[in-house]
Amino acid sequence: MSVDLSVDIAGLHLRNPFIAASGCFGYGVEYADLVDLSTLGGVAVKGLFLDAREGHPPTRIVETPSGMLNAIGLQGIGVRRFVAEKLPLLRAHGAVVIVNICGSTIDEYAEVARILDDADGVGALEVNISCPNIKKGGMMFGCSLQGTRDVVAAVRRVTRRPVIPKLTPNVTDVASFAAAARDAGADAVSLVNTFLAMAIDVETRRPKLSNVVGGLSGPAIRPIAVRMVHECRQAVDLPIIGMGGIMTTGDALEFIIAGATAVQVGTANFVDPFIWNKLVTGLTDYLQRHGLATVSDLVGTLDITDRDTVWTSS
Amino acid sequence: MPLDVDAVVVSNTHLSNDYNVLVLAAPAVASQVQPGQFVMVKPGVGDDPLLRRPFSVFEVLRDDARVTGLSLLNKRVGVTTRMLFALTPGDRVRCLGPLGRPFSVTEPPERAWMVAGGVGLAPFATLAAALRERNVKTTLFYGGRSATDLFHLDEFRQRGVSLTLATDDGSRGVQGNVTVPLARAFCDADRATPTRVYACGPTAMMRAVTELAATHGRAIEVSLEQVMGCGLGGCYSCVIPVQRDGGPARLVRSCLAGPVFDGGTVVWEQLG
Repeated sequence: MSVDLSVDIAGLHLRNPFIAASGCFGYGVEYADLVDLSTLGGVAVKGLFLDAREGHPPTRIVETPSGMLNAIGLQGIGVRRFVAEKLPLLRAHGAVVIVNICGSTIDEYAEVARILDDADGVGALEVNISCPNIKKGGMMFGCSLQGTRDVVAAVRRVTRRPVIPKLTPNVTDVASFAAAARDAGADAVSLVNTFLAMAIDVETRRPKLSNVVGGLSGPAIRPIAVRMVHECRQAVDLPIIGMGGIMTTGDALEFIIAGATAVQVGTANFVDPFIWNKLVTGLTDYLQRHGLATVSDLVGTLDITDRDTVWTSS
Repeated sequence: MPLDVDAVVVSNTHLSNDYNVLVLAAPAVASQVQPGQFVMVKPGVGDDPLLRRPFSVFEVLRDDARVTGLSLLNKRVGVTTRMLFALTPGDRVRCLGPLGRPFSVTEPPERAWMVAGGVGLAPFATLAAALRERNVKTTLFYGGRSATDLFHLDEFRQRGVSLTLATDDGSRGVQGNVTVPLARAFCDADRATPTRVYACGPTAMMRAVTELAATHGRAIEVSLEQVMGCGLGGCYSCVIPVQRDGGPARLVRSCLAGPVFDGGTVVWEQLG
């Protein structure tokens, strides 16, 4: 039985639901020699501000049990250089490009979005209101319902592209943030970004990261991320891109069954840059085994009949 | 073109209580290796430890002309290195590579000084072989804690490499850091003989070697080690502060721009 892996999310057609996660795949072009970028569902490029940024000094990552902390600090080339130098290459490789946009101010988000609206080859904008590693912007907006609404509305006003706010898990009730994003005009939401965390070298009594704190990713966070996708799905009628520690097809399936139309894979790409084919093969096998013709037949099909559920969400 | 192979452990030779040489059957990776390049390895298949670790390729192994695999010089310090120390033949190791910018292999009349500290010996076996092919006069300055921490001396001698040794406890060679005999050699050297210096070891050592080379007007390449997530340019964790052409210091990814850098471009005071 042939199966159709393609999904549509926020008006974006993806060949399959597997998207390279922002911050974990450079600008995509770094991987073009290793991986056929057109075989990925999409490529979410590293977060872009208006101008270039140096990011934090090393040490920028530290491994933790089944996970890693990062505090890169959004080093980047700025949106104009991205449009001039990277976007044409991504287009030439046939990648579906999701541009992760950042700002220290609401105006900066809007200006980055406006520049990208004029550029060819931008599939969607992922609005980064969830980076835990920068002093101004990022999670500062994403931890406030009003900040979330303000950024999303400002981006919505200046772009025709799908607007996909990327939500932080560092809040009590993530579903209320998904609802705020929807009310401000978002086409979908992606979740979760990393969990604010830290690690200490007990011999020196120094933090292991130069930035003191960083974001936790990897399999360690996956069950919490799945729960948050589930909560958003139950509370808000908005397409979801799920992520958080996906290492295998089975992990991705958890997110899809919980309600994600597509998923992003980040940390796993560091361990295995050739993971994409394995995910596609695994998903194909699963759909065939379960007699499903399309991925959307599976999205949000969690069966919780006869289960008492205790809600933390609104 | 980097490849990812599930390499079988051919042998694991313990050189001391801390050091071992692990031979991996990875001919497709090994046959592409240039001196100074690295591989990203992961023993075991689980999620803990999660990430791969970067290792310089120690040796490219041949059976007659045919490349059969590569070896890693490992020092047990952390979780992954302890696992690599404990492997036995038949075990498997994920091995992705070769990666990174290699050393520039010089040619006569320039001579080569390789300066190694501890496990920083790793990139110099392949470099010595490449230098020998070009008939470059080569010296290895090699320092360790004690005589029992100095390895493969005969192999380097057989490749025509002159050895100058140093140990912290004075049990072999000069007592003190490897920079002690190196500084002496710089002073004694004929200034007219062009010399290229290659260094790998602790950051403080490479910085001192770079300063010596600058003082004496010699070219220097260093192989830097930085905490690395992916080895492919995806994560931006392995950055090194580099200054070129009088411009401002920039953080560049050592997996792509390195691990080998012109020592004179590294902003050492910003490097932990």
